[in-house]
Amino acid sequence: MSEWWTYRAEDFLLFSPRVYWRMLETYNAALWPLHVVTLAAGLLIILLIAWRPRVFARWIALILATLWIFVGWSFLWNRYAAINWAAVYVAPAFAVEGGLLLILFLRDGLAFDRRGPVAWTGYLLLAFGIAGQPLLAPLQGRGWASSEVFGIAPDPTAIATLGVLLLARGGLVPWLLPIPVLWCLLSGITLRTMGEAQAWALYAAVALAAVAWIWTIIRQRGSLPAA
Amino acid sequence: MRTTRRTFLQASLATAAAAHLPGALHAQQGQPARRPIPSSREEMPIVGLGTWITFNVGNDPGLRDECAGVMAAFFEAGGRMIDSSPMYGSSQPVVGYGLRKLGRPPALFSAEKVWTSSATAGPAQIEQSRRFWGVPKFDLVQVHNLLAWKAHLQTLLQMKAAGTVRYVGITTSEGRRHDLVEQIMRNEPIDFVQFSYNVVDRDAEARLLPLAAERGIAVIVNRPFRQGELTNRLKNKPLPEWAAELGVSSWAQLMLKFILSHPAVTVAIPATTRVDHVRENLSAAAGPMPDLATRQRISAHVQAL
Repeated sequence: MSEWWTYRAEDFLLFSPRVYWRMLETYNAALWPLHVVTLAAGLLIILLIAWRPRVFARWIALILATLWIFVGWSFLWNRYAAINWAAVYVAPAFAVEGGLLLILFLRDGLAFDRRGPVAWTGYLLLAFGIAGQPLLAPLQGRGWASSEVFGIAPDPTAIATLGVLLLARGGLVPWLLPIPVLWCLLSGITLRTMGEAQAWALYAAVALAAVAWIWTIIRQRGSLPAA
Repeated sequence: MRTTRRTFLQASLATAAAAHLPGALHAQQGQPARRPIPSSREEMPIVGLGTWITFNVGNDPGLRDECAGVMAAFFEAGGRMIDSSPMYGSSQPVVGYGLRKLGRPPALFSAEKVWTSSATAGPAQIEQSRRFWGVPKFDLVQVHNLLAWKAHLQTLLQMKAAGTVRYVGITTSEGRRHDLVEQIMRNEPIDFVQFSYNVVDRDAEARLLPLAAERGIAVIVNRPFRQGELTNRLKNKPLPEWAAELGVSSWAQLMLKFILSHPAVTVAIPATTRVDHVRENLSAAAGPMPDLATRQRISAHVQAL
């Protein structure tokens, strides 16, 4: 693309806010009452991490893997791509994230034994993704019909996943971070270009996750014995 | 003598007064004025319909019907040119839906684009676009944003020679790559050129509009309201009293008349989702047009607000 520096985010926004929110309304209507199941799955993730992390850690990975693959196929591929051709190229990234989570499930490669500020940040993001994000639509006057629900829409799924990853340990965990982070940034830019204040929720989630992750790295290096 | 924007406009507005010249407006009572496409003399209503963002409504049946309503009002008011692109998401199938619903209005002038970096993928993309529209062939196909322009222009010229497209052209927007646009206008046998021109973005007056008049190339003007930015900025401000002399009742009409009164402009393509706005846009193509002094006054007034 020549003269790329002359392009603004507005030049890449192919649809109006009205069309975007109506798409979410019709998507929600088509899938209802699957929202009850995905919200229950989110609640189950919180309960398993809090109460029985050693026994059920791998099943948390399986739940998330299923939801990432479902959201990529159902929302990005089947719905969003109709108004944004770029979604066709993003949907496979959701499948990749789901695939990585499936590997975690098969290898039983997750442990949830973090404590302190990083863990609480993880719980905060997880709780926001599951319970907070669906409230943004009615709070902004759009009504419940266009609510974004964990496991149905990509934004709450990505934010909640960032929360789970902050709570987790495991060799593959760092490889799971880029896709939810990049999605949050991409969706945040899109919403900001649409003039939607809730873009800041996505930016804040990435900022919190970044600070918590850097804090974890610093703590780990600080605890290593001197050479 | 050095040709300035002012001297060019004075000269061209004066010469356009003669009815047989390309820049002259041909008007009938109650109908939008027309200008001829220079390469064929085919007459074109000077307001068309753009589809960027506004027609990208996906598979939503209610919104598709709204777009069909806009198209119906457009044709009823005497419009002809609808412009779209493979870049515009679902706009092409939505245009096709509207055309089917309206029984394929014979007045339609279909303006499409080819937009792919692959030189070999152009013909397949044009065919896919044609299927979306449901037309036997396109009236005009343009190379969108000059992407892979050499290869695509060659394809389009071959299609024109074979009779599978009537006109060929190129597009740019927001003032980008005017040097290359000028080079192509000078050296290639194109029928149309499309670029941005409005009451505040007037770069095209310096070179592209005079060159189009000189070379006999029809001009399509995109982003006449800067994608709604200008109409939003002005919506709470009163129209100047002198605007009444032009028979306008809105800022959109005043800004359209500024564009349409340039003799080198063939058609402007505002996009809208509203039936009342499409009627308002078409009605700006009728009635008195501003002279050179009034054009300067419109531009200065809007820029000062």
